[in-house]
Amino acid sequence: MSGMSLATLLVLADGRLPSGGHAHSGGLEAQVSAGRVRDLDAVADFLRGKLATSGLVSAAFAAAACAHPSEWAALDQGLDSRTPSPALRKASRAQGRALLRAARAMWTMPLTGRDLHQPVALGVVAAAAGLGPAAAAVAAAHGTTSGAASAAVRLLGLDPYAVHGLLARLAPECDRIAADAAARADDPVDDLPAAGAPLLDIGAELHATWEVRLFAS
Amino acid sequence: MKAFSRVVAERDNLGGTRLTVLHSESPLLLRRTGPTTVHLVGGGAGPLRGDDLRLDIAVGPGATLEIRSVAAQLALPGRDHLPPSRFEITATVAAGATLRWHPEPMIAAAGCDHHTITRVDVAEGGTLLWRDDLVCGRHHEDSGNVRLDTTIRYAGTTLYRHDLAVGPAAPGWSGPAILGGGRAIGTIVFAPDTMPATSGPGDYALMPLAGPGMLATAIADDIRPVQAALDPLCEPTRALAHT
Repeated sequence: MSGMSLATLLVLADGRLPSGGHAHSGGLEAQVSAGRVRDLDAVADFLRGKLATSGLVSAAFAAAACAHPSEWAALDQGLDSRTPSPALRKASRAQGRALLRAARAMWTMPLTGRDLHQPVALGVVAAAAGLGPAAAAVAAAHGTTSGAASAAVRLLGLDPYAVHGLLARLAPECDRIAADAAARADDPVDDLPAAGAPLLDIGAELHATWEVRLFAS
Repeated sequence: MKAFSRVVAERDNLGGTRLTVLHSESPLLLRRTGPTTVHLVGGGAGPLRGDDLRLDIAVGPGATLEIRSVAAQLALPGRDHLPPSRFEITATVAAGATLRWHPEPMIAAAGCDHHTITRVDVAEGGTLLWRDDLVCGRHHEDSGNVRLDTTIRYAGTTLYRHDLAVGPAAPGWSGPAILGGGRAIGTIVFAPDTMPATSGPGDYALMPLAGPGMLATAIADDIRPVQAALDPLCEPTRALAHT
């Protein structure tokens, strides 16, 4: 990651970036409601599984889109084929659209579709910001855990210090997954990671049918 | 153990299906059991570490083939120094053809290390039902490592791309993002069939894919509720309903 602006990466990965991420629990709300996540240990288990599956996939697609921004359409299709849940596709595109909107005020953006999947949008934005695939991957992996972690504080009333302690302990794993993902940024789309998390799919579908919910997904 | 088995189904002059190739190597033994049905009959326990199994399936224009199995596939440890066992399935389905893959579950015995790689290519106008059930460990046993790596293409575009990893090598696999303590999972991919999304009861959802097809997934403590949720979707009358 030599030569890139660390401050720019921090701006992009900041949870306060107005890109709508705070409205999503990353699938946690459905699992809290199902009674599977009640305490910090279960949140840790949830985040470890999410990081190894959708975290790895997001990081790989963000890295690939950053390395090859003009390939956004093929990468977007690749995420479609890795996201069987219509509710998750919708949530991912809503977050991609919000990120692109925010990014247009920050950097000079190339022309792309308006509602890309979030990891593809993140990669294209990272490239426009002058960042490289490794930075895009780390921002994606970090985003997979940080959004769900802050949702855990709100959904379960957990101690925010303890939840951030958890994020700190997951950071080396985030780095490892991001490095793995970035190393594959030039692979053909079908060969990019496709690790699935079946309960995230099922939970998102159940969640989408609720009349009252705290988070959009 | 190395094995390469192959089946080719073609439409005959009378509108039925004839198997122009039915080549079996142990332990992947194929037996014709009905006009359009072939069963995999177990030829020994396994797969075990070091096994390298390949199955090629080709269904020609207008032909119909259903592949079942007589017993669960039990992935077992084998000797430590050998590479993970590998089962590579390649299938092509031509226009107007139907392939139904509906074997008994795979069971990941404690200590196993297995990798199934599935690549299915369905031409436009072809029909597919692809079912995979997985049980994580035998009764009261920890799960071994199994990875199911699946790519299904329809009309030249990737419709479904999914890897599922269970067992001690897969971080968080039994946690609340992946199987949530469930020990059995089943999936069916249908192409180009599609129906509106439904979910529940239990950990079950039927999901229209972004492309022409849908996925049904069920997770439960053991295989019976998974079968109860998915078996009705495998009734031949339902799978043909879209035509």
